[in-house]
Amino acid sequence: MSGAGEGTAAMSESMPPFPPAAREALGDAQLRANLARATHTIRDKRDRVVAELPDWEELREAGRAIKADVLAHLDSYLLQFEQAVTAAGGHVHWAPDAAAANQVVLDVARAHQVDEVVKVKSLTTDEIGLNAALEAGGVHAVETDFAELILQLDGDWSSHILVPAIHRNRTEIRDLFRRTIADPSVSDDPRELAEASRRYLRERFLTARMAVSGANFAVADTGTVCVVESEGNGRMCTTLPPVLVTILGIEKLVPTFSDLEVFLQLLPRSSTGERMNPYTSLWTGVTPGDGPQEFHVVLLDAGRTRVLADEVGRQALHCIRCSACLNVCPVYSRTGGHAYGSVYPGPIGAILTPQLIGIENAPTLPFASSLCGACYEVCPVMINIPEVLLHLRAKAVESGAKPGERLAMNAAGWIFNGRRRFAAAVRLGRLGQRPLIRRGRIVRLPPPLDSWTRSRDLRPLSGESFRDWWARRR
Amino acid sequence: MSDARELILTRVRNALGDAGAAEAAAPAPRSYRRQGTLEPQARIELLCERIGDYQAEVRRVGAGALSAAIGAALAAAGATRVCVPAGIPRGWLAEGFEFVTDAPLTLAELDRVDGVLTGCTLAIAETGTIVLSAAPAEGRRAITLVPDLHVCVVGEEQVVETVPEAMAPLAALVRAQQRPITFISGPSATSDIELSRVEGVHGPRRLIVLVVNKELP
Repeated sequence: MSGAGEGTAAMSESMPPFPPAAREALGDAQLRANLARATHTIRDKRDRVVAELPDWEELREAGRAIKADVLAHLDSYLLQFEQAVTAAGGHVHWAPDAAAANQVVLDVARAHQVDEVVKVKSLTTDEIGLNAALEAGGVHAVETDFAELILQLDGDWSSHILVPAIHRNRTEIRDLFRRTIADPSVSDDPRELAEASRRYLRERFLTARMAVSGANFAVADTGTVCVVESEGNGRMCTTLPPVLVTILGIEKLVPTFSDLEVFLQLLPRSSTGERMNPYTSLWTGVTPGDGPQEFHVVLLDAGRTRVLADEVGRQALHCIRCSACLNVCPVYSRTGGHAYGSVYPGPIGAILTPQLIGIENAPTLPFASSLCGACYEVCPVMINIPEVLLHLRAKAVESGAKPGERLAMNAAGWIFNGRRRFAAAVRLGRLGQRPLIRRGRIVRLPPPLDSWTRSRDLRPLSGESFRDWWARRR
Repeated sequence: MSDARELILTRVRNALGDAGAAEAAAPAPRSYRRQGTLEPQARIELLCERIGDYQAEVRRVGAGALSAAIGAALAAAGATRVCVPAGIPRGWLAEGFEFVTDAPLTLAELDRVDGVLTGCTLAIAETGTIVLSAAPAEGRRAITLVPDLHVCVVGEEQVVETVPEAMAPLAALVRAQQRPITFISGPSATSDIELSRVEGVHGPRRLIVLVVNKELP
């Protein structure tokens, strides 16, 4: 996500509603084809490597329990982490909101008179709109993940947690590279395009004076920070520049170093469908003569404590950002990520975003699901996404209660409760539906009922009720 | 800054209320596998197979043939100037190559060598992973990152079967010495364009692993 611009707003304001955005996405045949292929390919890979492990369910259970323990003792784990990082030569900052976190990064950049930083792909920095904030402060952030670079060069934004540019095909990327960072002779071969980005970024890695990263995990008892990646850009950013700032959501802690043995098995298999991702970097404060000699970590709240306060919803904070729930979701795999209007798309986004920014600012997201439960089954830390969706739907209805809907529901309850009233209503319905039936279906109801048929067809009431049919057969 | 700290801690405590402590009583169940079951030879074979799955090159050699195997690997990759960490075993240095000790080299100098030769701390068979911890024969992190070729020597006795078996010794290194740890599973890769996998983006595009049996010639 490139920060400044269209629809990419940091998650501090209200989100565009899901239904119209989804309708637009569904009309894009290319996008749907790309998405179907991508989600199915990753799903199949994931299924294969998960099936290899005889103890997958035990790992999930451990992952869930460790995260629950972290949340239950979050205050003491945060203090323990702060102490360990400080003892290891790092600096710890606390940021109650996005603006405070962005300010820390800007202050560090200014202290070193740096006007360009290299960045590791990080959803958390996207969430707080870091790039735009830095730009406003005169500091340019260079995205170094291949897909993030593509999006940044084009002023576009991510549509998938793991493969952010999945909505772009190779020809589009070639044309973009020709316009921006590569020779006009570059072809659309992914190998050549990757080589072009390697050449473009290498000089920047070697000369960068400051880097910014997110983190996948951080260890409370040792102060260790962990970044999991594929391309080596993460290693470049966290190793070569002399100054490193890591933005860490407060929910990313694990209690001990050994707890990583659970998550380093769960994450790569769930995410890219690999037994292990190519590179995992773990560093602890500052190591003399090796890597950055100045290290800052920013502990970010930005709505997380709001999520924590909800006993049902807090399990969303277990999320390790693997994106397995996106790939199995019948809604996501058709609409793609943009329709969710948020940094966190898919089923996890539908429960995380409304909680982070307040349900009143994203009231349609908990409804962007068919509640099929596939997300819960694949979740490596057993987040019961359907349960939280229902919980949030109830809250959305309470907060934005439409009096008309409530009146109609009460009336329906009264009708369904009396046998004669019900029979009369059905007879009335049979008469009333006649002008609406087209080729055996009702495709459009009159307002205000048309919100139902806007996204589904309705079968007409049968000419004979079950009761009548039963009575006739006897 | 301390205000922000107090604010966040207060928010956390308010959010948890009294329920937090009660919920936490149960320790996390650890019924997953924490110990492998394979015989040593099967474990080594699994490691080699899994490293191979990542499109890295892997060879098994006897200790007596190691320096010749290193020479062959470097020659096949077209490398002549090769960076080594200060603690590299001298017996590994094959004849006919220019080995440059990281004393330390500048990043620009590191960018101009043909490759790097290191040992490792341990390897995980099940995931085909080699683990570095900046030990004397491994060097600082940058030397295995900037050059385009990494030749890594793994002793058979360094191979564990599962991820949990690797974590205890690594945790000890982190606790005692704050060592930086790097897990390497194949060469760097991206699948960002239409999901077609491309090996080698920013890290070494070529990874050659030599698995050494110290009993064998």
